[in-house]
Amino acid sequence: MNTIADKRTRRHTIAVLVDNEAGVLARVVGLFSGRGYNIESLTVAEVDATAHTSRITVVTSGTPDVIEQIEAQLRRLVPVHRVVNWTTDKPGVEREMALVKVAGQGDKRVEAMRISQVFRARVVDTTHTSFVFEITGGPDKVDNFIDLMRPLGLVDVSRTGVAAISRGPEAM
Amino acid sequence: MDKDGMMNRLAEDVVTLSGAEMVIRALKDQGVAHIFGYPGGAVLPIYDALFAVEGLTHVLCRHEQGAVHAAEGYARSTGKPGVVLVTSGPGATNAVTGLTDALMDSIPLVVLTGQVATHLIGNDAFQECDTVGITRPCTKHNWLVKDVNDLSRVLHEAFQIATTGRPGPVVVDIPKDIQFKKGAYVGPESVSHRTYRPKTEPELGSIVRAIELMAAAERPVFYTGGGIINAGPEASRLLRELVRTTGFPITSTLMGLGAYPASDPQWLGMLGMHGTYEANLAMHDCDVMICLGARFDDRVTGKIDAFSPNSKKIHLDIDAAQINKNVRVDVPIVADAAKALKEMLHFWKTQRRKVNAPALKDWWKQIEEWRGKKSLSYRQSNSVIKPQYAIDRLYELTRDREVFITTEVGQHQMWAAQRFKFEGPNHWMTSGGLGTMGYGLPASIGVQVAHPDALVIDIAGEASVQMTMQEMSTAMQYGLPVKIFILNNQYMGMVRQWQQLLHGGRYSHSYSEALPDFVKMAEAFGCVGLRAEKPGELDDKIREMIDVKRPVLFDCRVDPKENCYPMIYSGAAHNEMVLSDAGDETPEVTEEGKMLV
Ligand SMILES: Cc1ncc(C[n+]2csc(CCOP(=O)(O)OP(=O)(O)O)c2C)c(N)n1
Ligand SMILES: [Mg+2]
Repeated sequence: MNTIADKRTRRHTIAVLVDNEAGVLARVVGLFSGRGYNIESLTVAEVDATAHTSRITVVTSGTPDVIEQIEAQLRRLVPVHRVVNWTTDKPGVEREMALVKVAGQGDKRVEAMRISQVFRARVVDTTHTSFVFEITGGPDKVDNFIDLMRPLGLVDVSRTGVAAISRGPEAM
Repeated sequence: MDKDGMMNRLAEDVVTLSGAEMVIRALKDQGVAHIFGYPGGAVLPIYDALFAVEGLTHVLCRHEQGAVHAAEGYARSTGKPGVVLVTSGPGATNAVTGLTDALMDSIPLVVLTGQVATHLIGNDAFQECDTVGITRPCTKHNWLVKDVNDLSRVLHEAFQIATTGRPGPVVVDIPKDIQFKKGAYVGPESVSHRTYRPKTEPELGSIVRAIELMAAAERPVFYTGGGIINAGPEASRLLRELVRTTGFPITSTLMGLGAYPASDPQWLGMLGMHGTYEANLAMHDCDVMICLGARFDDRVTGKIDAFSPNSKKIHLDIDAAQINKNVRVDVPIVADAAKALKEMLHFWKTQRRKVNAPALKDWWKQIEEWRGKKSLSYRQSNSVIKPQYAIDRLYELTRDREVFITTEVGQHQMWAAQRFKFEGPNHWMTSGGLGTMGYGLPASIGVQVAHPDALVIDIAGEASVQMTMQEMSTAMQYGLPVKIFILNNQYMGMVRQWQQLLHGGRYSHSYSEALPDFVKMAEAFGCVGLRAEKPGELDDKIREMIDVKRPVLFDCRVDPKENCYPMIYSGAAHNEMVLSDAGDETPEVTEEGKMLV
């Protein structure tokens, strides 16, 4: 090889705008599993009902070479309109929502409540022995929150995966 | 069409047809003259529509895999898409090997599969399988058509996607009720795809940078592949012009043979695992590599981190995903090969570029030295037919006519690639990427369908040919005089060779036990069976084979223990070639190399 390849693995958020046709998600997911790429999270929904387009946001990790391949392979899929890497192409804003259930009593319950306020999490369900928190933020913030809840009686987590959009006035 | 129908058409320019009729109409509108297929319950309406049709010939194969390989042979020898029609369930699953083969080798195919009726899908109905699910990873694209009004559009898109950009196979899965339903037919011209836009025009900046590198090169080499063949005859012509204009040496992959004439002095022979010494050393030592329509496959590069360590690399490919996939390159050009070659020639001439003649002269001197090794030589015998000798004779005795060669997979394939000299594109059909035993016989049938008067030869191995042998029956039915030239070494020779080199000579299950009598077998099919056992009788038998205007199975008994050289062992670099197993300097395969296929 000509250049000393950069072997550092990094997390990337990639948006794929696709035609909302049958099987399109299977194509994208099959590409990742078939070629041995990693999916850390995946978010999919129709974004324009009249244009029949859906947006798939994939968080993946890899060396720069692998990420370049992932983008090129995604662009090759027939129903793909556009592929944008929010980590390298354009600055993007990323948000993820998680519902986090914590069960416990006494000091631990008070501490969970105190931390949730620091993280601006909302309480969406309460019993005498449990809370369900709703937290929104970048994946790192959500990770941190969950880690802090672990010793305080964490019982369940449901995460949406990342939604991402570019900064500034332009579309994707 | 009745009067009302006609009025309708005039009024709205819409034709109402059943789904099955649409299939036939779309094939005709796409200029399809031949389809390869096999019927079954889920495609009966389409077969019914085929019954009385004119101008569209259906070739009934004996297995759906055979039908797909035949369509591949047809496509590769004509540049047109191959078309296949098979039933649901086992019909579709039997087609999967052929689809994967076509995907790996970028062969344009349109494969139509029947499916159970839409209301039964997901019910585990008789002969139901998830065809689009199963074929998603082995097609360029596929569709399940659930509305008859989408059918004609999808069929035309299927042809467009199969044949443009990097070509490949596509599948259109058509439920049986859709074949009966009536709907609106649209012609090919009214279809434009929403997202599919293959990039074919080169960026001129990269063309200019490529030219600069080439002009400054001291030790250049062209490394070309199947992309040149796929880009059409014009790409081969332009390649010849560019290679001759520069005077640079040229080598090619297995897939690219024929794009440049093998008789030309600038031709170094094939490169890669069983490539020539001069081709591989030129690749290793070059300072500028011009890769055109090839993809740095592991069979070509050998040990990847020792691959051509000191060269600047230009890489032309129509598929952007090939750039920097295995090897990082300096000048990528994403474009159609013919268009890019045309621009390269244009800039070379208008910028009055000159090569570095003194350096090139030294380079050629070095290459001639390597050539002097005669890496394809072998020890001739008077008593047994050497497989290399058989190929040489086959070439010599057929070179005065138009000959198309297909192959199976194994040693015979490599010997054919090394020794048969191809002068033009589209005359060499072999399973490169997938390495599918059983490809060559049905592929030869497809070639012969497209070229009824040409000499079509499948250079086969006795093991491979048994995988799709039943297609001899197809050859008989349609009067296709294909010649199946079996280099019968009574071994899965390539497996035996690897067992000798990597597994201590323990020949586990690689002996072709209980072989059929191929001559009797030919006769049972109604074909002609010939056998040659001694070098002295070979020429006469080959002549006899050529002269018979019927399908022939030729049982050519060759030396069972001959190995295919030269060879780059798995995990070794281009400059670590082994020329024969005669010498005592035969290196060991590394532990790392043993892991590789
Ligand atoms: C469908 C399939 N199965 C297995 C293999 C692995 N394989 C590669 S070469 C080979 C032996 C081929 O034997 P033969 O056709 O006699 O050719 P020879 O090497 O003897 O010339 C085998 C089993 C393959 N390539 N394809
Ligand atoms: Mg054999």
